[in-house]
Amino acid sequence: MANHTEKNRWAAGVTPYAEMGYWQPDYVPQDTDILCAFRIVPQEGVDPIEAAAAVAGESSTATWTVVWTDRLTAHEHYQAKAYQVSPVPGTDQFIAFIAYDIDLFEEGSIANLTSSIIGNVFSFKALKSLRLEDMRIPLHYVKTFQGPAHGIVMEREYLDKYGRPLLGATTKPKLGLSARNYGRVVFEALSGGLDFTKDDENINSQPFMRWRDRFLYVMEGVNNAMAATGEIKGHYLNVTAATMEDMYERAEFAQSLGSIVIMVDLTVGYTAIQSMARWARKNGVILHLHRAGHGTYTRQKTHGVSFRVIAKWMRLAGVDHIHAGTVVGKLEGDPHMIHGYYDTLRNAKIPVNPLNGIYFDQDWGSMPATMPVASGGIHAGQMHLLLDHLGEDVILQFGGGTIGHPQGIAAGATANRVALEAMIFARNQGQDYVTEGPDILNAAARWSPALRAALETWKDVTFNFESTDTPDVLATPSL
Amino acid sequence: MSFHLTQGTFSYLPPLSDDDVKSQIEYALQHNWPLSVEFTDDPHPRNTYWTMWGLPMFDQRDAAAVFYEVEQCKKAYPGYYVRINAYDRRLGRQTIALSFIVQRPSTDPGFRVVRQEGPNRQLRYTLESYATTRPAGQRFSD
Repeated sequence: MANHTEKNRWAAGVTPYAEMGYWQPDYVPQDTDILCAFRIVPQEGVDPIEAAAAVAGESSTATWTVVWTDRLTAHEHYQAKAYQVSPVPGTDQFIAFIAYDIDLFEEGSIANLTSSIIGNVFSFKALKSLRLEDMRIPLHYVKTFQGPAHGIVMEREYLDKYGRPLLGATTKPKLGLSARNYGRVVFEALSGGLDFTKDDENINSQPFMRWRDRFLYVMEGVNNAMAATGEIKGHYLNVTAATMEDMYERAEFAQSLGSIVIMVDLTVGYTAIQSMARWARKNGVILHLHRAGHGTYTRQKTHGVSFRVIAKWMRLAGVDHIHAGTVVGKLEGDPHMIHGYYDTLRNAKIPVNPLNGIYFDQDWGSMPATMPVASGGIHAGQMHLLLDHLGEDVILQFGGGTIGHPQGIAAGATANRVALEAMIFARNQGQDYVTEGPDILNAAARWSPALRAALETWKDVTFNFESTDTPDVLATPSL
Repeated sequence: MSFHLTQGTFSYLPPLSDDDVKSQIEYALQHNWPLSVEFTDDPHPRNTYWTMWGLPMFDQRDAAAVFYEVEQCKKAYPGYYVRINAYDRRLGRQTIALSFIVQRPSTDPGFRVVRQEGPNRQLRYTLESYATTRPAGQRFSD
């Protein structure tokens, strides 16, 4: 102990990170700093403060030993500063707050931001586990990003659809349909009343259906459905491919056929997403993002990157849509956490909210909003719950809940649209739609045979499992 | 099956009664969304600018007075589409918050898809309203 406290900061050898300036409990974060909240579990015998300082060090300027070349720099400026470490009650976890000067990052680059913040530190031996819980992106840095190619407001005006959530469906089965059969599903679902249909994340260009054939048949379906309804319709044509050159080729073909929207998967990487976002704004095409693969690092509470951080990066990167959870469907999602993601994507200012997992105030300035997409195991009978949890600026995607309808795909689409409009209408009329939701749906089902059949088919379907990613704090019920 | 234009928030519900329309106007007024009335005989989905029935009623807080304007527009333009828009002027929105059709022509022949075939199976699609092949004002008369 005495040994290293007396050691000169610049003496060769190993010095604890906390003593090299990476732990500064008195530091007051600047408005321009990028702030991070990490959930850390130190190895046995490692002081949590040292662990936090190590994270700060390894995600900014430090290496494992003292280097004299630090003295050629204004190192105090470039060092990240851990400024608070708080235990999470009842666990071996700590939340470490770290501030990074804005000069550490290249303007407008998610790749650069993430290479610093989550670059090396997750493999650091002194930590048992590490998770990036939240980030405060200062407005100064926000302004260096394009942001959503169009955003929620522009999208609604482009589609001429207001006052209700949008409706979509993912084509099923997700693999195996020929292009001609695939376009049939699109036509039926859109002409029955959906606004969008969607390629699934793993529909790219396989032997059973090559991308160009799919695009041609899909657009035939889309245009026929527009004629049948007099509404703007779209199908998210997935342009995900092996190279940027392939993706641009597919996007340009989609655009030449008049598609209003394309999609990419999260698996293409941050830089490719930013490139496609720039392309989407330049060409007036909406950009949908499927978060394929995110569960590998977002789901476990002690490892990886929280989805709220991914949501922030993707709003900066510039996607117009992103899947963000359903609350009531088949996929992971604690309701409070999902409310936090939706706020992060849609609002201009988001205040600290521990209950929803929000660690920092976030100010997006005038950056457009990203439309959250709720997809996975939802059906018309949950419409009141979906509207209550997710609000109006959301795309509700009923894949099985449209295509699995006993009277056919168009009837499935009509059931969803009738349920939605009936619920919005009742809410606007002042009805307590959450409590009376089932009655409102049953009343509409009396004049809508499609809705009646949907409610009958899926009446008892729920997915009640414990969430793994939950907030540390719980709401105290008020009496 | 005859064509039914499904633009607007409530096109999949049965025709709205007067009380239904008033209840939605009330909802907009509770949110400080001024209302406006618009009509057209060109229902193409890219026809953004329907003709305005006067200016948006920025200062009108009385649902009955708004409803009166809706009725006047319907009376003056029977056989036209008439819609009510509610507008949200808040920073970050500055857009329509609710928009729904309150009058339709007795029949609408709908749309046709015009396909312009190019090389390599390429197609250019255009949507054309059958009604708009006739001059404005003569489109939905029997």
